[in-house]
Amino acid sequence: MNAIYILWLRSLKHFVRSKAQIVSSIGQPLLYLLALGFGLGPVFQRAGQGNYIQFIAPGVITMTVLFSSMFSGIGLIWDRQFGFLKETLVAPVPRVAVMLGRTLGGATVALLQGLLVLLLSLLVGFRPASLATLPEAVLYMTLIAIVFCALGTALGSRLQNMQAFPMVSSFVMMPMYFLSGALYPLAGLPAAMKVVTAANPLTYGVDGVRGALIGSWHFGSGIDLLVLVGVGALFVGLGAWSFARIQL
Amino acid sequence: MIEVEDLACRFGDFEAVKGISFRVAPGEIFAFLGPNGAGKTTTIKMLTTLLRPTRGRIRIDGLDPTAEPHEVRRRFGIVFQDPSLDSMLTAMENLELHAALYSVPRAVRRGRIEQLLRQFELWDKRDQLTMTFSGGMKRRLEIVRGFLHTPRVLFLDEPTLGLDPQSRLQLWNHVRAVNQQEGITVFLTTHYMDEAEKVAQRIAIVDHGRIVALGTLAELKAQTQTESLEAAFLQLTGTAVRDEAASSADAMRQMMKAWRR
Repeated sequence: MNAIYILWLRSLKHFVRSKAQIVSSIGQPLLYLLALGFGLGPVFQRAGQGNYIQFIAPGVITMTVLFSSMFSGIGLIWDRQFGFLKETLVAPVPRVAVMLGRTLGGATVALLQGLLVLLLSLLVGFRPASLATLPEAVLYMTLIAIVFCALGTALGSRLQNMQAFPMVSSFVMMPMYFLSGALYPLAGLPAAMKVVTAANPLTYGVDGVRGALIGSWHFGSGIDLLVLVGVGALFVGLGAWSFARIQL
Repeated sequence: MIEVEDLACRFGDFEAVKGISFRVAPGEIFAFLGPNGAGKTTTIKMLTTLLRPTRGRIRIDGLDPTAEPHEVRRRFGIVFQDPSLDSMLTAMENLELHAALYSVPRAVRRGRIEQLLRQFELWDKRDQLTMTFSGGMKRRLEIVRGFLHTPRVLFLDEPTLGLDPQSRLQLWNHVRAVNQQEGITVFLTTHYMDEAEKVAQRIAIVDHGRIVALGTLAELKAQTQTESLEAAFLQLTGTAVRDEAASSADAMRQMMKAWRR
């Protein structure tokens, strides 16, 4: 327990101390909000779908949580390269506890970044349907964070060096983001896209956050929660299994 | 305390450790010496649960690191050869994290941290991020961290690399003190022969993944008919300079291949 807490605390300290990371983690979502939100807004409106900022803000918040979680999971490679990983691997602490401490820490940081972007989106003109459902949105963000921190850890446990980083970014993170319904409505997609988006766990995260924030659901909260909790359990198990097998 | 039989480790077609056997008695200070790339660090990694041996048998305090890694981890402490600090944390935070991982009781934690930080002259720097530390200071902090809890076996992998003579003296005095007062078994590697001569009760010399000599200082000198450990070491391992590690040798081979194309 103590080990989980101290490793969680370490992640938070890292976050607070790396100002550059905070700024850059906000830059990209802001670009998406402004460029896509205002750029595609008129088209979206004309297609009869309403305000695009309202639609895309939950998607961009989800993206922030996804990227931050995956990066912190894969951040394992940093600790491997700079040596700190060894210190935690020889400690008399079950590796599951080390993995959970890292994952919860990374998830907390991802959640904080997501909340930061939620605040920013308010400045850009996003208006949640009601404040009462905010805790529900936070719940979905937390689940997304845990799911993808664990996936990042599973990947990071197998990767030996930083060169693999861009690979993961372009073959895992970006496809998941673009094929999730974060940027466009899922209704009326071609059949192939329907299948792909339905197989993407992030889709249910986006749906949950959007449903909670603006009250428009595609699958509904029951299915979203079920999928996220199920995939979360699977990925945390996979992450713990991979982490326990790391050799240096 | 440490028993090793026919231990080997292979990376692809390179065998870093080729079947070594030795025993370290409880309370002994044992030096494991060898040129670069001899297999010292690989051996320590296998002894400390970081790497699975390809074959052979290891017992640490009677336990098998591959079968009961967690129990084995509760019994040893280690100062690594290469850096293992968290550079985004302060010196104090690094130590507190270690104390938490090793369940050092709160009652003794503060006192021991202060005593060790003062001894290794880092007390004034305790609240600085370790990324601002010089190489020597980082090294000293790693040593302080290694002494924070009291294990049964202490592994020191080239602990004096980059240390000034004052810090080295402090380190070896401290190693001798914990060895005598608390009966901690010490397994060390170093490139400074005088250090091994002064502190080690028995010495193994390894080369190319094999133990080429093992005994007390007097036995090694008698065996090689030399006057010092340094002379004995050079006679046993030759004077040719070695590749740093398997990986750099592999990189060289790859480069050669690329050139030929």
